Amino acid sequence: MSAIAIPAERQGLGRLSGAVSDTLAMTWRGLLTYIRVPQLLVFSTVQPVLFVLLFRYVFGGVVGNDLSVPYVDFLLPGVFVQMTVFGAMATAVGLATDLKSGLLERFRSLPMARSAVLAGRTSADLFRNVFVIVLVMLVGFAVGFRVHTNVFAVLAGIGIVLLFAYSMSWTFAGVGLAVGDPETAQAAAFPIVFPLIFASSLFIPVASMPTWLQGFAEHQPVSVTASAVRALMIGGETATYVVQSLAWIVAIIAVAAPLAVRKYRRTI
Amino acid sequence: MSESAIIAEGLEKRFGDVEALAGVDFQVRAGSVFGLLGPNGAGKTTAVRILTTILEPDAGRATVLGHDVVAEAERVRLRIGLAGQSATVDPNLTGRENLRLVGRLVRLDRPTIATRAAELLERFDLADAADRPVKTYSGGMRRRLDVAASLVGRPPVLFLDEPTTGLDLRSREALWDTIRALVAEGTTVLLTTQYLEEADRLADRVAVVDNGRVIAEGTPPELKAQLGNTVIEFGMGDESDASRAETVLARLGGISPEREGTTIRVPSGDGPRALMGVLRELDMEQLFPATLAVREPSLDDVFLRLTGHHAEAAVEEEAEPAPVGGVRR
Repeated sequence: MSAIAIPAERQGLGRLSGAVSDTLAMTWRGLLTYIRVPQLLVFSTVQPVLFVLLFRYVFGGVVGNDLSVPYVDFLLPGVFVQMTVFGAMATAVGLATDLKSGLLERFRSLPMARSAVLAGRTSADLFRNVFVIVLVMLVGFAVGFRVHTNVFAVLAGIGIVLLFAYSMSWTFAGVGLAVGDPETAQAAAFPIVFPLIFASSLFIPVASMPTWLQGFAEHQPVSVTASAVRALMIGGETATYVVQSLAWIVAIIAVAAPLAVRKYRRTI
Repeated sequence: MSESAIIAEGLEKRFGDVEALAGVDFQVRAGSVFGLLGPNGAGKTTAVRILTTILEPDAGRATVLGHDVVAEAERVRLRIGLAGQSATVDPNLTGRENLRLVGRLVRLDRPTIATRAAELLERFDLADAADRPVKTYSGGMRRRLDVAASLVGRPPVLFLDEPTTGLDLRSREALWDTIRALVAEGTTVLLTTQYLEEADRLADRVAVVDNGRVIAEGTPPELKAQLGNTVIEFGMGDESDASRAETVLARLGGISPEREGTTIRVPSGDGPRALMGVLRELDMEQLFPATLAVREPSLDDVFLRLTGHHAEAAVEEEAEPAPVGGVRR
């Protein structure tokens, strides 16, 4: 019975190349979304730019006195890291939206790689982060940010920011799938995000915080990553922070990615 | 050849306290249209989700074109298309981009994707809107795009979960024509519907589903034949008259009147004779109907007989958007 044969053109790709091709297709979809809904990109760019300007000019005077470098040099690596965490919240919201709209249901009925929905979204996030980093860097230069090291160290710093961003995307992908509703995803993300962002060395040195907070603020992944990026861009003790940061990133991905994939498999 | 394209055997699925499917069996002959008919919450969507590998059953098994939906999910996915209950297209992409995305995900090559997308947009009357973002589409257009997306891979088995819900009459007729054309080309279609007329007009066989069970199965004429060939329906002025009329007619023997409010239905195998008997009896009791109709039984009559409630009325009550992201039957 000829009607029962699968159309021949659908049997093409092997498992791995299939997964790659599916991930590329989903990445393409994610990037198109940024073009079609420019608000998404505007929100994720305006906010870090505002942070640079506000912190530079509002807090810079106070905080800057205790630093050995101009405050804007201290600040910018912090904003890079902060912006990836906020950006990852968009991953949670986006996936929750797909889940709510029934789109994930269609994807699950297609002969596509199971990993591609999540891999595609996190990859599209990566592109967005590159764009935002470049933009924030340009704004930073305009308000006085200066690199104290060399171009390779800066690139390495950006690499760490992107890796960290990737780990955050996976974390919040899991959050989005777990709550399954865009508004709730936003609400659920905030309590995770705020302590990480503000009880950290992103904007001010940890030394100014109460002792009980310092332990957390010093060693949590956001601070460690910011310190690593800072060391790469403005100098100072580099190796320790970079190793610690990479350790955090690997640990977060190792936990968050399987959890998110598992959640995806079990969610309608 | 009349082999089964879809076989469901004893499917059970439970979500917490809710038993969505309580042992569902049916078979769908290759190249035919099979309708799962029932109100919201009957378990239709759960059955479709299991057959399309989205959910795994708690018990029972199912095959699509001979492939087990759990053990050989990948092979099943290569052979099916699904148009889900919510219009599952990306609102931020254009119609054409949505079809291209599905084309890439079902691993078609690029030239095929381009021609297939153009064909489908044409066929579903979306060519003019092809390059507009889907969020600018009307509900009916989204629905049509959704069905078009399920056809990109030319699947031999197609699942349509309430494909015409929310469509106007013209779009509905057009979609029915499309489905008939696909079946003529050899596609097997399983569709769920709350619309009795749709099952009646489109399906070769219908399974009536209620509370997670198949409560009747057959061709639409067979289901109607269970009730006899004719339904006499009359309305009384008030409920007390209607209640009296019901009692009177029940004594008559050979017929079984069903009362609902002021309306009484009498299914019968022999319409004219039964009608005369009914009228004679009412006349003797000085009961005068306010309205009177003799008609062919509809699937709604079947549903009422089988479940004790209307298919459509149940729909009205439960037509709220289903809770999302969690348990939906």
